Amino acid sequence: MKVLVAVKRVVDYNVKVRVKADNSGVDLANVKMSMNPFCEIAVEEAVRLKEKGVASEIVVVTVGPATAQEQLRTALALGADRAILIEHAEELTSLGVAKLLKAVVDKEQPQLVILGKQSIDSDNNQTGQMLAALSGYAQGTFASKVEINGDKVNVTREVDDGLQTVALNLPAIVTTDLRLNEPRYASLPNIMKAKKKPLETFTPEALGVSVASTVKTLKVEAPAVRSAGIKVKSVAELVEKLKNEAKVI
Amino acid sequence: MTILVIADYVTEGQAHTGVAPSTLNTVAAAQKIGGDIHVLVAGTGVAAVAEAAAKIAGVSKVLVADNAVYAHQLPENVAPLIVELASGYSHVLAAATANGKNILPRVAAQLDVDQISEIVSVESPDTFKRPIYAGNAIATVQSSAAIKVITVRATGFDAVAAEGGSAALESVGAAHDAGKSSFVGEELAKSDRPELTAASIVVSGGRGMQNGDNFKHLYSLADKLGAAVGASRAAVDAGFVPNDMQVGQTGKIVAPQLYIAVGISGAIQHLAGMKDSKVIVAINKDEEAPIFQVADYGLVADLFEAVPELEKLV
Repeated sequence: MKVLVAVKRVVDYNVKVRVKADNSGVDLANVKMSMNPFCEIAVEEAVRLKEKGVASEIVVVTVGPATAQEQLRTALALGADRAILIEHAEELTSLGVAKLLKAVVDKEQPQLVILGKQSIDSDNNQTGQMLAALSGYAQGTFASKVEINGDKVNVTREVDDGLQTVALNLPAIVTTDLRLNEPRYASLPNIMKAKKKPLETFTPEALGVSVASTVKTLKVEAPAVRSAGIKVKSVAELVEKLKNEAKVI
Repeated sequence: MTILVIADYVTEGQAHTGVAPSTLNTVAAAQKIGGDIHVLVAGTGVAAVAEAAAKIAGVSKVLVADNAVYAHQLPENVAPLIVELASGYSHVLAAATANGKNILPRVAAQLDVDQISEIVSVESPDTFKRPIYAGNAIATVQSSAAIKVITVRATGFDAVAAEGGSAALESVGAAHDAGKSSFVGEELAKSDRPELTAASIVVSGGRGMQNGDNFKHLYSLADKLGAAVGASRAAVDAGFVPNDMQVGQTGKIVAPQLYIAVGISGAIQHLAGMKDSKVIVAINKDEEAPIFQVADYGLVADLFEAVPELEKLV
C-alpha cells in the first residue's frame, strides 16, 4: 500500500521562543528549525510499515516555505521514497493545510495517511482530523499503536483515562502520539542518497485550493511572568510557608 | 446568539453516570461569550448524563442523542450529528479533552470553518486568547466564521455550578452511521485519587524518581494531601507510570492550587502543562534545575529524604 506522511517545519523543540517587541508574532529569525517531533514519529511509523512489507511506497508532503525542503530531505533520508512540497510562505491555518493535503490525497490515492497529532508551534491539534473529514476517511488520532489488519487498520489511541482501540476501514488517517515509536536518526550515506530522491513542488494555486482563512491573529504577547520564588532550607520551613504564607494546605 | 456545548461524560464501569468536570468549565466559557447555552449529550445509555447536564447552572436546553451508533463517541458518527445541529448556533464549544480534540476539528472542516483550539479567555464573542509555542506566547485571535468552532482549555475557566439549573431535555438527531470505524476495546487506568485535571493539589514525579516502585512515596504523600499524582514525560517514557498521568504540552494541562514537582527538571514541554498553577513547589537535588525558575518555593534536597519527611509534617 501507499503511505502518505505529512511533515511540518517548526522551531526546534529546545528553543525558548521570544515574542516580538511589536507583538506581531514570535521572533523566528535565526532560530534553529527542525521537523516537528510528532512528524518524525509519523515518518518512522511509515518506514517501519515499509520494512514489514506492508507499505510499498512512502510519499512525504509538507506545506511551507521553500526552506521546508530541508525537512523533506530529512524524511527522505529516514526512508521516504519521494517528496512533495506545497510552497506557501505564510503560515496557514490547519484548515488551509488540510485542504491542500486533501488535494494531494486525491492525486496520490494513499491507503494510509500519517500525521503528527499536533505541531509544537501552533499547538492546534486539528490538521489530521480536518483532513479525515475532507477526505471522508476514518480517523485514528493520538495513536500509540498501529496494526494493519487486511482492509482495516487497528489503532490504539491515548485517551484521557487510558487507551482505546478502534478499527478503521482503509483508507484512513492516523495521527501519532509520542509513544507510538522512537524515531531513528538519519545516517550520513542515507542523507547523501536522499539528495537524489525526487522532490516535486506545487503551489496552492496549481492545486486549485483556496487557503483563505476566517481567523486573524490580532496580537501575540508573552505570557504573564511568575514572580520570583524563594528557596527554603528545610522541609519544615516548606510546610510552614505552604500553611501560613501560601495557605494552600 | 445561541451556543452549543458538546458534553463529555464520566463513565464508571460500563455506565455513563454524569457530566465530566471539564464540561462545567466549558459552560463557563460559553457564559463569557454570552447567549443561550444548549448542551449536546451524544452516546448510548446516556440518560443519567442528560439529567446531570440539565441541572448545570446556566444551561437552557439539553439535546440528547441516545443511540448505539454514538457509543464511544466515534468522531466519524458524532461529527455529522454535530454538523447537522450546528446550523442553528453561533458557537460550537467542546472541552479540549482527548474527546473534544478528536471530534471538533472534524466538525469544523465539515462546516468549512477554521477551529480555534484551547482558548484560555474570551475577549468578546469573536475574539479569544490561546497559548501557542508550548505556552511561551499567548495569541489573541479573531474569528469571522459564521459558526465559531472552539475547544476550551478547562483550566482557563472556573467551573459553573453543577446544580441549580433546570433545562428542558429534547431528543435530537437522526442516527448517523458512517460505517467507517468501530470500537474494539479499551484499557482504562484505575485510580481512587482525584482526577488529575480537576484536583486542587497535584504531586508529580519525574526521572528523579528512578523507578516505578518509588512512586509509592508520591502516592502516600498524595493520599495524605487529597492530591492527584502526575508525571513528567521522562517518567512516562521510562515506564514508571502510565501515559495518562503525563502533565505537559502533549499530556494533560493542570492548574491546581498547589503543584509539587518532585525530581522534575522543568523542561519547556512540562512547564507548558503546569505553569498556571497557583503555587508551585519544586523538590530537586540539582539547584540549577530550570524548575526552580518557576517555583514559588524551592527545596534543594534528595527527594527520598524530603518526600517522606514532608508526608510526616503535612
